Amino acid sequence: MSKPIIEVNNVSVKYITGDLRNIGLKEYVMKKLTRKYKVQEFMAVNGVSFTLEQGDMLGIIGTNGAGKSTLLKVVTKIMEPSTGYVKADGKIAALLELASGFDEELNLKENAYLRGAMLGYTRKFMDEKYPEILAFSELQEYEQLPFKHLSSGMKSRIAFSIAAMVEPEILILDEVLSVGDGAFSEKSETKMREIIKSGKATILVSHSIPQVRRICNKVLWLDHGKQIAFGNADALCDKYEEFLKTGVLPEI
Amino acid sequence: MFTKIIHTLKERKFLFEELVKRDFTKKYKRTILGMFWSVLGPLITLGVMALVFTHFFGRDIEHFAVYMFCGNLLFSYFKESTNQGMMALYYNAEIFSKVNVPKYLFLLSSNVSSLINFGINLVILLAFSAIDGVVFTWKFILLLYPILCLVVFNLGAGLILSALYLMFRDLRYLYDIFTLLLMYVSAIFYSIETFPQVYQNIFHLNPVYVYISYFRKIILDGEIPQLSLHLLAAGYAIIALVIGAVIYKKKNYKFLYYI
Repeated sequence: MSKPIIEVNNVSVKYITGDLRNIGLKEYVMKKLTRKYKVQEFMAVNGVSFTLEQGDMLGIIGTNGAGKSTLLKVVTKIMEPSTGYVKADGKIAALLELASGFDEELNLKENAYLRGAMLGYTRKFMDEKYPEILAFSELQEYEQLPFKHLSSGMKSRIAFSIAAMVEPEILILDEVLSVGDGAFSEKSETKMREIIKSGKATILVSHSIPQVRRICNKVLWLDHGKQIAFGNADALCDKYEEFLKTGVLPEI
Repeated sequence: MFTKIIHTLKERKFLFEELVKRDFTKKYKRTILGMFWSVLGPLITLGVMALVFTHFFGRDIEHFAVYMFCGNLLFSYFKESTNQGMMALYYNAEIFSKVNVPKYLFLLSSNVSSLINFGINLVILLAFSAIDGVVFTWKFILLLYPILCLVVFNLGAGLILSALYLMFRDLRYLYDIFTLLLMYVSAIFYSIETFPQVYQNIFHLNPVYVYISYFRKIILDGEIPQLSLHLLAAGYAIIALVIGAVIYKKKNYKFLYYI
């Protein structure tokens, strides 16, 4: 039995809302003094466990609010689980929310470099790869334009092109397998598949069941934070499609 | 622990540079004079203050413009640095909610531009002092001590404020009022010598006053301040940094809940 690439063991994430957020200092003090301070807790992720071996492609599926993105944040160590742990054997690169994190006032090139720095590239690497990135995105004429003048499609394209230079052992994708329209969409999916092939394991969050069927060999199904099922992609995709029609969850 | 921080900074050097670049580009992008404003601003302030206030308060204090500018220089560095530090975490929320980056990196990068501004102002202060006839001694080298302490103090204060700002968005306004009041008790325009000794000691509860006082002792009095002032200067800096670091260490993952 080979060592797992990713091990997620009984991971839960407790979110706290209510009086915690959007409160001013004065209100906070008043509420604490009058004992009216209330917070609500809910489990965004509740007891999820699975392991991935070398070469696995995991698709995480579930309706909105199932806890998929939160789980990804735990795996990439941005968030700390309230219970359980995650062990990952290899360099992780996570592509979450490609389109945000840019600065609208800076131009395309400045933003590209900032994004590259965020993804952990070195300046040397960025200098080398920048022409390739620009060419892949097909946005050469817009290099000096302020970012806010680009369309959202263009923003996604440059974000994807920068991220596509990543060389991870473990790749985590939050609904970013392919981006853009028509030809670019195909180009980006092909590129992603190359990266996936050269890595040890990949996790993909997707709402497109056909895509998951096409690419993934394993599936994790989450619903309101709970783990409904983990196993073979085809079988679970069938069950999930049935669930989408009937609204009835299968027994865990 | 320090080696870990140095190691992280080396690893994330590119990101750090890009963050600083971003702040600079945004600050001067639409302006005509660009970085020249950083020099022109303090010159104008100094000029106006020297002209206006020397007339009112300049009778009792020699080199009043220099006296006042010492106070103004350090206080505005403190104010600018801590205000920017306060916003640093919130402003970069989109970045640290996506990539695993040590959050104190944003504090450090936000402090660079205010430090550079301070440097420019310091040069202007020294140049003006020379013109005004202040005697320069070897002791001026010691000015590095309060400067270093103030840098560390600002960092610590920034860490604390940025964490609090995430939790309480009205902190901005409260802090504005706080710095205004603090300015009044920093003896920028007046001297504390007319106060009884007890009150003079109370002024030393204000960290910024301690640093201002050190500066004036060296530049205007040509003397090395007493040991107690040295200890206070370092003490405030270390306490601020330690509290800030502890908050960041303990609440590191909780920050995400406030975005």
